[in-house]
Amino acid sequence: MTNTLEDLPFGSDAVLDELALPPDDAARLMEMGFFPGVRVVAVRAAPGGDPRVFRVDGAEVALRRETARCLRLRPPS
Amino acid sequence: MSGCHDCVLASRDDTRAITVALVGPPNSGKSTLFNRLTGLRQRVANYPGVTVEQRRGRLRLGARGDVELLDLPGTYTLQPRSDDERITDDVLRGRLPGTPRPDAILLVLDSTNLARHLVLAAPVLALGLPTLVVLNLSDDLERRGGSLDAAALAQQLGAPVVPASAATGRGIETIHEFLAGRFAVPARIPLPTIQNIPACRMWAGRLASRSTYRAPAPPLWTRRLDGVFLHPVAGPLLLLAVVLGVFQAMFSAAAPLSDGLETLVGAIGGWAAAFLPAGVARDVVVQGAVAGVGSVIVFLPQIAVLFLFIGILEDSGYLARAALIADRTMARIGLQGKSFIPLLSAYACAVPAILATRTIESKRDRLATILVAPFMTCAARLPVYALIIAAFLPNTPLLGPIFGVRAAALLGLYVLGFLAAVGTARLLRSTILRGDRTPFLLELPPYRWPTLRSLGLRVVDRSRVFLTRAGTVILGVTVGIWLLCHLPLVDGKAPDLSHSVAGTIGRTIEPAIRPLGFDWKIGVGLVTSLAAREVIVGTLGTIHGIDGDAGSSGLQRALRHDLTPGGAVALLVFFAFAMQCLSTIAIVRRETGGWRYPLLQFGYMLTLAYGAALLAKVLVG
Repeated sequence: MTNTLEDLPFGSDAVLDELALPPDDAARLMEMGFFPGVRVVAVRAAPGGDPRVFRVDGAEVALRRETARCLRLRPPS
Repeated sequence: MSGCHDCVLASRDDTRAITVALVGPPNSGKSTLFNRLTGLRQRVANYPGVTVEQRRGRLRLGARGDVELLDLPGTYTLQPRSDDERITDDVLRGRLPGTPRPDAILLVLDSTNLARHLVLAAPVLALGLPTLVVLNLSDDLERRGGSLDAAALAQQLGAPVVPASAATGRGIETIHEFLAGRFAVPARIPLPTIQNIPACRMWAGRLASRSTYRAPAPPLWTRRLDGVFLHPVAGPLLLLAVVLGVFQAMFSAAAPLSDGLETLVGAIGGWAAAFLPAGVARDVVVQGAVAGVGSVIVFLPQIAVLFLFIGILEDSGYLARAALIADRTMARIGLQGKSFIPLLSAYACAVPAILATRTIESKRDRLATILVAPFMTCAARLPVYALIIAAFLPNTPLLGPIFGVRAAALLGLYVLGFLAAVGTARLLRSTILRGDRTPFLLELPPYRWPTLRSLGLRVVDRSRVFLTRAGTVILGVTVGIWLLCHLPLVDGKAPDLSHSVAGTIGRTIEPAIRPLGFDWKIGVGLVTSLAAREVIVGTLGTIHGIDGDAGSSGLQRALRHDLTPGGAVALLVFFAFAMQCLSTIAIVRRETGGWRYPLLQFGYMLTLAYGAALLAKVLVG
């Protein structure tokens, strides 16, 4: 099973592999820095656990878990 | 056009005003720079037909002439997916009727986030317009140990580059020189295919590294502060404290200012009364225009205080954290975190709340927030609630000396409005605003100290929008309603209110409102309160020949005589739900770019109000 951004433990990082989202939504995420090949760090969760905050390409961006689930990670080599 | 980049495109001797567009990603400090350059010489309007705000401003360069600046909506690329991006793209290509194609561009990028923001340089430079690349927040970059060779970047981009800081004014002189000088088109450089975002990002990364860009250290203080503000327990509690603080300021700090304005309006009325000869004209001015506009203007201090606080929250970066904390709860009712602050503002007044929805990028979410905001119990409902509750309920203590039956009823009305908003949001999500939800994306900018300049401009700007409304639409409507109450003249004198046009309207709608337990007098009040809800109190006072005041025991007695308890509950419920506010209708029309949504909203709220009031009347009797 492939890991997704939702499974990334806080404080650790991984490389983004694929965005399983409709093209427009994927483009919007890519503009915010979530493009394939980028390194993403899981920073923290909002109080209550959702959304989650990620550090990506020099910025901190919050995504809901339902969105993070669609961002597949590259398996660690 | 030739590829020569030294040709002069626009000469200073030209009498035609030079138009320069500000383009940049969200959070690049573009609007701060716009404010820094134009100060108070700016105008805000909407592009025709869409909810996108058009900000224009004039920059005076002394003997070197004037420049018309155009602050375009923030965008990461020039791919037109949203209304904002389409407008930006159309303006830059000269395809928007009524807006001239800009003569030059100020491309504003956040230098602490250069590689990501440089992506926008590709499509902007491809336009071939003279461009100055403004590397904003350069003081922040240096403070956090980052660095960059601006000259090397300029050479690679084929366009001039200036490190700047909109907050402190650094680099402004260079920007002035660019605007006053001879515009040159950028040199042709190899650009990536702009549809391919990863390719653009790699191109931007290469440019950054060739310009020896060293990214700054992560903002340490932001991490520390987020540890507190986003703490699982402390975070929500602090948010609650902030919310209560804003409310407290709005109702207590603004109160003396409102009282002062009320006294001032009274004085102007008195002065006008003394100055004008007695007659219809004087009555129109004093009782119609001055009193009517005055009843709306007293809300100005609350609006100014509210926008001061929203400004502090937004400029400091806390607003994004508040949206993050609120998102989970708001998602349950089909809205999102960014709807939270506007809906909160609506407890003061729906007008600033609807203006505050401009921070919501998703059009669907913004529309949903605008449509539910008027259900929140605004300050104008309070005098109406206070009058009816005081007339029909005893002040029996329930829990301690402060919380009695009347307070419980008031709280109940707050809850009622809130529930209507929640229900409506869900309804909208499953009907007219249905569809795939765009993912919620929220950038958390580093915390920054707000500047007085930016806060002041924001308060002035929003107050101006409100005052323009009060000075035009509200003025016309209040004078109109006053005339309805005082025409037709009988022997040159105003008739008894019951025989005026308004009285006739009241009698005409009486059959329709009789099932709710309302007589024609309430009917007149419903008509006049369209201007603003609290106007019904004064109208009922006029009808009964009593000084119209919520605390007036004479008016309370008169109401007890006219209304059954069921009718009183029905009236409360009606005011909780109906969109009795022309200012709100006007602002919704402005913000949604047409009559469609305000009319839909008015019809929906009226139907709901009527149905719920009827139900209340039937249940209570």
